[in-house]
Amino acid sequence: MSEITPDLVRHLASLSRILVTDEEVETLAGELGLIVESVATVTQAVQGDVAATSHPIPMANVFREDVVEPSLTQESALSAAPDSAEGRFRVAAILDEE
Amino acid sequence: MSELIHKSASELADLIASKAVSSVEVTEAFFDRSVELNPLTHSYLYLNRDTALGAAKAADAALAGGEKLSPLHGVPIAVKDNLTTTDAPTTSGSKILEGWVPQYDATVVAKLRQAGLPILGKTNLDEFAMGSSTEYSAYGPSKNPWDLTRIPGGSGGGSSSAVAGHLAPIAIGSDTGGSIRFPAAVTGSVGAKPTYGAVSRYGLIALASSLDQIGPVSNTVLDSALLQDVISGHDKHDSTSLPQSLGSMADAVRNADVKGLRIGVVKQLDSDAFQPGVKACFDDTIAKLVAAGAEVVTVDCPSFEYAIAAYYLILPAEASSNLAKFDSVRFGLRVTPEGNPTIERVMAATREAGFGPEVKRRIILGTYALSSGYYDAYYGSAQKVRTLIQQDLAKAFSQVDVLLTPTAPTTAFKIGEKVNDPLAMYLNDIATIPANLAGIPGMSVPNGLAFEDGLPSGVQILAPAMQDAQMYRVGSIIEQMYLAEWGSPLIAKAPKLEVL
Repeated sequence: MSEITPDLVRHLASLSRILVTDEEVETLAGELGLIVESVATVTQAVQGDVAATSHPIPMANVFREDVVEPSLTQESALSAAPDSAEGRFRVAAILDEE
Repeated sequence: MSELIHKSASELADLIASKAVSSVEVTEAFFDRSVELNPLTHSYLYLNRDTALGAAKAADAALAGGEKLSPLHGVPIAVKDNLTTTDAPTTSGSKILEGWVPQYDATVVAKLRQAGLPILGKTNLDEFAMGSSTEYSAYGPSKNPWDLTRIPGGSGGGSSSAVAGHLAPIAIGSDTGGSIRFPAAVTGSVGAKPTYGAVSRYGLIALASSLDQIGPVSNTVLDSALLQDVISGHDKHDSTSLPQSLGSMADAVRNADVKGLRIGVVKQLDSDAFQPGVKACFDDTIAKLVAAGAEVVTVDCPSFEYAIAAYYLILPAEASSNLAKFDSVRFGLRVTPEGNPTIERVMAATREAGFGPEVKRRIILGTYALSSGYYDAYYGSAQKVRTLIQQDLAKAFSQVDVLLTPTAPTTAFKIGEKVNDPLAMYLNDIATIPANLAGIPGMSVPNGLAFEDGLPSGVQILAPAMQDAQMYRVGSIIEQMYLAEWGSPLIAKAPKLEVL
């Protein structure tokens, strides 16, 4: 039995902010179950102490002078927004009224 | 003008520089062909005659004033639609970005403009570059010029089909797990993924930031080298771009010499898992190199066995984070459900409507891989596999200069054949993924037609990090060996594309 249950898919979809139908939940649970089963082999790959690699090429942090340069104007930054008002992005309510 | 479209980018650049033809003439020839044939290949999502010819006129004017901006001055190019362009919509193959015109140019796009290369249009890709066939593009698949019922590879199948079909002499691709190299192999063209950081990713719509790299797509090794030279270099907008220059790839191609070359064949990627015709082409390449004097040894990379598993944890994890920016607030689609919804419900409805099935799968998979309780076992182990792959490669490269593998396990498959089987689709990248996990350069060069189906096969060349020049050297050696045998590039054997 796969660890990817329909309830887990619903929870993950909600964390991912993706609305899913009951039908999609069933399909995704099946597909993700197979994929997870397949990728879970990584847990057998590593024996003993191995360092994790998050970035392929070793790089050191680099600092630069803090110089003011031209950047996007407010108008330009807002120009592709679905909705804006008073120089800001306008969105639906953040909190439920109830 | 029709003879122009079969010339390489370097030949076109020479003709333009010598004023035998103008950039406008060349750009028009490719543009007209693109308009005619795009309904067949669906290489482009967007074509704009005015901006392409405007840039070509500017290139001609600069040349008339004695100014040659780059070795590819005046040569038109196609750009994958996951690079931002201020004068063309940028969709990344997704409905969530339909109609979006970015506020800034990607660094690579800016470099192309500064180097005098007119941009013909934006090429198709799997949605957010997630796929290896273009079948996950929200705008429909591209077709392989060798057989229009087959996939041109992916995610960069728009760029590969444009170049292989001569709808553009060269193109830009991006490669996260093989999205430049796999399409090159199945369309008989050339494609290179430079060392991670050799090319700035600024303005590339990120899929997996630690794996993504922009690179060239072309019909000859020299053209890819010339294009990599144009687009590479440090960029203050991308802190992961390399501070140092990797030298001239074009010089490496022009001075390629097989003398002293040591080649490794990876034991784990020399198996029956490959289509017999692909394997036969690969064996032929190795035999030719041995005959030319190269030394060939077998190298052992045991951790390659876990590369796909590690990749399909790291990629979704990074992608789920990168794609969080598509939230209906600042740009792109917004879908507002009935009633008086909260922003959370607007986001969920927007992402439901705007993302396709593969993108949803990978975001949800990535959210799972990063969730508490699973993080160490899955994402943590995958990152350790990355270390093991780097260690295997370091050991291999202590014995040899480059590694060779078949680029793709099969030739181009039929459209629809794997689209409902994500796991089967993931296996297309079995030979290409290790390079992304390790950050090393890799390129695919055509090495024949598979005997079963007469479709193109590619050989992949992997070199140590920063040694892109070594990769181009070997690419050039292999290309020259086959040119001597065939008398023309493999692409000359492709069927003629015609609108019926």
